[in-house]
Amino acid sequence: MTIRFNDETFRDDYTFHNSPEAVRRFPFPFDHDSYMYSVNIEPHRRGQAGSVFQHRFDVDEHYIAEMRDREITLKDDPLRCQSLPHMELAGWDFLELVMTCKAEDYPDLFSLTRDGDRWHWINRPLGIDQRFTFLDATTLPCGPMEYITRQTQGDHALLDQREGNLWMDAGMITSQADWSLDFDIGMNFFEWHAPVPKAAEMGVFQRALKFLLNLQQGAPVRRLNWTMTVNPRLDTSPENYHKWGPEKRTLTPETVGAKQYLRVELQTLWRLPRSNAVAFPIRCYLCALEDIVTVPKWGRRLHRVLRDLPEELATYKGFSVNRPMIVDYLSKFDDGAPTSPGIFPDP
Amino acid sequence: MPPTAFTPSIPSRPVYPGLVSRGATPALMLADAEGALALADLAASDPAVMDRAHLIYIPAGSDHGARLQALRPAQFHQAPSFATALPRLRKALADAHMGTVLYLAGTEGLIGQGLAEALAAGLPADAIQSEHRGSIARRMQCVHCKGVTEDVTTDPFTCSHCGLTLFVRDHYSRRLAAFQGVCVDAEAPGDIPETQEIRP
Ligand code: HEM
Repeated sequence: MTIRFNDETFRDDYTFHNSPEAVRRFPFPFDHDSYMYSVNIEPHRRGQAGSVFQHRFDVDEHYIAEMRDREITLKDDPLRCQSLPHMELAGWDFLELVMTCKAEDYPDLFSLTRDGDRWHWINRPLGIDQRFTFLDATTLPCGPMEYITRQTQGDHALLDQREGNLWMDAGMITSQADWSLDFDIGMNFFEWHAPVPKAAEMGVFQRALKFLLNLQQGAPVRRLNWTMTVNPRLDTSPENYHKWGPEKRTLTPETVGAKQYLRVELQTLWRLPRSNAVAFPIRCYLCALEDIVTVPKWGRRLHRVLRDLPEELATYKGFSVNRPMIVDYLSKFDDGAPTSPGIFPDP
Repeated sequence: MPPTAFTPSIPSRPVYPGLVSRGATPALMLADAEGALALADLAASDPAVMDRAHLIYIPAGSDHGARLQALRPAQFHQAPSFATALPRLRKALADAHMGTVLYLAGTEGLIGQGLAEALAAGLPADAIQSEHRGSIARRMQCVHCKGVTEDVTTDPFTCSHCGLTLFVRDHYSRRLAAFQGVCVDAEAPGDIPETQEIRP
């Protein structure tokens, strides 16, 4: 299977688009008709061929354009990529994980040849051919985490484990749902989750952390998170909120289907071998409402979820002002018929 | 002025449990303004706490210097600002022996910055105590330009660096010793809510 990479943008003229296949494989996050926070963690098992769960690090038609967008964001604000000094080993661990997975899962796109600590990496889509010495940062153009995350879709956080907690001590964060790495770096699991409503009282974070502290190497896990974004914009950072914020108020009943996106994060968690750190890739998928509703089950379900979502969550996710318009649009695709369990489209 | 009672907030927001004497062990004391009264109460509860104490005081408009000196700390220094106290604080932290206790008292900005310095210097967290007294002004970082505005007492406020109007979040970074300020009229430029005094 070869991938045709889109030539598209995630800012300014927003030419981002999903092919019909990309819509079919979109990781729709709701397995029933309502939503509340929970410890929704499951093994990161290989999924069906063609699905976003088929490979450990999904590469899709947006790969090249996303990497180009990351480069623009980093040029503008280098603080989106930071690593505290003790995290370099975790960076190498993560580089190894991504390179080995991608070379095994996409042999036509990536290759890794290892001769002791002398490694040769080829990334065909991005036209990269790099020989380097593993664990010697002077042989790469930048630090190992930055190097590999400039070539891997999604944001990435590396968590140090100590004192019975996880500490966000490194990250490449250019497509975040409105949180700041520069502000959060160095925080622990409870501190960086502090702004989230309800979940702490429900015990979600206590239980999730307990689970993650016991995460085993070779047994990655995953969860889906979601929010709503106006325009297919990856850089919805607080740093640039004053620049993208006004776009949120430009929706009209005529444009809401095309300009309002469901933004889904496929989050995976990996124990790293040498550093004992945890890697947390946050892979972002965007799908316009008008594409979501081409799958009847998703149109019905999204309508019910967003209509009934507690106001606190809608406010936290930042779409309270637009919710009536969104729900009104989606209601036209909900005939009240029952929906089948699970996230996948009906056959 | 008694210790400040804050309303419960989110988990990243620090709490200041108050000072309790660990006796005549080596101690570093850093206070600003009304924080002096917390140190005075500490000394009243156990005068020996001053025996081996190096006390640095930043009056910030108050005048409790003489009162602190009268508590007879082993070393006393009055500095006009946190910036001018910093080289001395860093030297004292670098020279600190095992078992040195750090007492921080006063505003959140002072406590937060003192704590960040101490942790960076390797002082264990359980050797650091804090008590909030006086102004509840906040030290705010603008998430947009990264500039820090000291002594913020209203919400919203104007970033002293880039001029954006920012609202005051409770989300707090110990590394930066600052709360986060975010543009209040980002979505509807010019639509700025009425200014309110910050409450504890
Ligand atoms: C260990 C890696 C993780 C990292 C680095 C991480 C990071 C974050 C960050 C930065 C936020 C945004 C907070 C803000 O508003 O400033 C967030 C939100 C959230 N996180 Fe995590 N998280 C992690 C794991 C988890 C896990 C395992 C759970 C499981 C329950 C979880 C549940 C949530 C929830 C429910 C939200 C609110 C999301 C929303 O409503 O859009 N997180 N996380």
